[in-house]
Amino acid sequence: MGATGPSADVPLVLKGSDGRRRVITAADDLAVHIGARVGMPVAQAESLFADLVIMDSDPAADALALEKLAIWALRHYSPMVAADPPAGIVLDILGAAHLYGGETGLVDDVVRRLSEMQITAYAALADTWGAAHALARFGGQAKRIVIPGGAGEALVHLPVDALRLPEDMLPDMRLLGLDTIGELAAKPRAPLARSFGQKLFRRVDQALGRLAEPIEPVQSPELISIQRIFAEPIGAPETIAKYTRRLVGQICDRLEEAGLGVRRLDLHFTRVDNRIETIFVATAKPVREPKRLTKLLCDKIETVDPGWGIDKMVMTAAFVEHLSMQQVIASYSEPARPDVEELWDALANRYGTDSLYRAVSVATDIPERAVKRMPPTSDDVGSTRNAAFRRPQRMIRPPESIMALAVLPDHPPRAFTWRGQRYAVARADGPERVRGEWWVSDNEKGKVRDYFVLEVENGERFWVFRGGDGQHEETGSLNWFMHGKFD
Amino acid sequence: MPAADAVISELKARIEVISGRTVRTRMVLPFGIPEIDRKLRKGGLAFGALHEIAGGANGAVDGAAAASFAAGIAARTGGNVLWCHCQPDLFAPALAQSGLTADKVVFFEAADETAILDAFEKALRHGGLTAVVGEVSGLPLVASQRLQMAAEKSGTMALAIRRWRRHVDARDFGNSTASFTRWRVTPVNSGALPVRGVGRSRWFMEQMRTRGGEDFECEVEACDGKGFIAVPSLLADGPAETEDGRYRAVG
Repeated sequence: MGATGPSADVPLVLKGSDGRRRVITAADDLAVHIGARVGMPVAQAESLFADLVIMDSDPAADALALEKLAIWALRHYSPMVAADPPAGIVLDILGAAHLYGGETGLVDDVVRRLSEMQITAYAALADTWGAAHALARFGGQAKRIVIPGGAGEALVHLPVDALRLPEDMLPDMRLLGLDTIGELAAKPRAPLARSFGQKLFRRVDQALGRLAEPIEPVQSPELISIQRIFAEPIGAPETIAKYTRRLVGQICDRLEEAGLGVRRLDLHFTRVDNRIETIFVATAKPVREPKRLTKLLCDKIETVDPGWGIDKMVMTAAFVEHLSMQQVIASYSEPARPDVEELWDALANRYGTDSLYRAVSVATDIPERAVKRMPPTSDDVGSTRNAAFRRPQRMIRPPESIMALAVLPDHPPRAFTWRGQRYAVARADGPERVRGEWWVSDNEKGKVRDYFVLEVENGERFWVFRGGDGQHEETGSLNWFMHGKFD
Repeated sequence: MPAADAVISELKARIEVISGRTVRTRMVLPFGIPEIDRKLRKGGLAFGALHEIAGGANGAVDGAAAASFAAGIAARTGGNVLWCHCQPDLFAPALAQSGLTADKVVFFEAADETAILDAFEKALRHGGLTAVVGEVSGLPLVASQRLQMAAEKSGTMALAIRRWRRHVDARDFGNSTASFTRWRVTPVNSGALPVRGVGRSRWFMEQMRTRGGEDFECEVEACDGKGFIAVPSLLADGPAETEDGRYRAVG
């Protein structure tokens, strides 16, 4: 409610009408704690709880806000997002999770961003809309990810309320002793279907993935969107590519009028059997070149299953940013090279943004932490703290224990055994002392590693270290480790 | 300074670009060592071609020297470089010491070799890069032909680092591919220093096959900070170098 709402430390409920009388339609944590609950008549609540703040509910504004939230999710996460009233949104994250480092990363990101907007969110990820809906509301966990095929097991102990059934059906089910989804699913279907109708088992089947349930993505007038309906369904990849090219051309014209460039472009294909197939491409910087966007989209057409044919294509610029006109530099001296960002986008869309990185040096002495991964468009040049020290081309992670003979405290080994092979050391450099970073981890406090560059008799060069300074036991174990291989 | 000629030719090229007099597309990348460049077709490593690099002895498995050699070449091509790998043991700060600094190279970590070959080819075809490096163990003839054609079309240099999980698999390096040149670098003992310590790395470098050139082998010093390899001084105990006191100061 923002600044106009009552303060957070008083119990708050919203009132509305259920047709006959005025009842509570929503209650906050504090109000639930003192005993108010949804469905309680307002008169009763007023008499029971003296300091209860009661405000009018506004279902129309709630629905509008939910729609807005769905569009926010559409822009950020996935092309297939719909509002799931009264208080939820549903996302189809097929092909979208890898952009956030996998499913866990995506769920964490959703919950974190919503909490930054002061929204307490429960998230669940499952095979079906029904299962995710049930687990988010009745699972009792803030974040829940169900492994593929595990929906049935996860739902067994949840109450039947979780199945999105009509309100009036629930008391009757209780009366029959059907409390959990597991009990319901185990019952013979025919008698129950006769008294409750087909809807009951349709919901069960949808939750368990036996029946498909398409998500109709949210539409918004503020999103630039172009659609094309085909009189005769299309299906051949070349035909899809042709119309993709035309739609991209049209959408780029619209973007140019608005002075925008696209960061994510979605393309929905509505099949004749009413299923929606979706592909999308994301770019690191706003783009408005038809050729480049067409190429990115056409790379993904092979993942679209046209089924019996596609009768509608909708292209939406889901996430746009300001992009002004650019002067193309004309040079006579050297032919222009194509823009590499185009290549980064193509690879990131195919293999995930995580797979492409710049390796930037970090100002630390601990070799395991010496490199951080930055996106390819980053111009961070990193630290030059250890640039002058010799570093191995291949690092062995984690370091492998070796048997070594050396004179304490600071002589390099004379010989060592690694992976069952014995090496006699011909030349050595070191020690290079590295101290543990106590501000990163308590375990590293006071710890020391002494690194040596060793050249063995056949010419191979290794990077080894000894834990501890060789004099004080508390600085390390005095064991030797192999940590890298030089050129 | 053995690399002096190459430095001078590079400076000349830069002057030409600044003055805008010539439109020149470079066809080859010289090593700056006449003994080696003479034996390569047109006096250098061809742009727009596939070159294979493998390590010898244990280097066939760890690929450390091969990575360093490839990094030096890629750094000297002067533009953006893509480095595709699937084993996680690459240590980027060491590549920077061969001249391939963080601002020049983008890494692509693939799940498997199929993805590497696909990205390798896409990157070559794109043409915005000057070199693409791919670490692969198997390189079938057809895959190498595709890479070679993609490189030819865009003029981007393709460097395939061959590295295998086991020594026996390294025999694969004898099978024919469409590559222009095929190199094997094996680490050997570094030259003696007047003080204790390990000197600049040295390799026994074999040119095992080249189109339109002759095979040869020689001993070289590993890449310096700009990516140039060098021919070690014949005077192994190094009086020629120590006279100016450089090594004494460093050691």
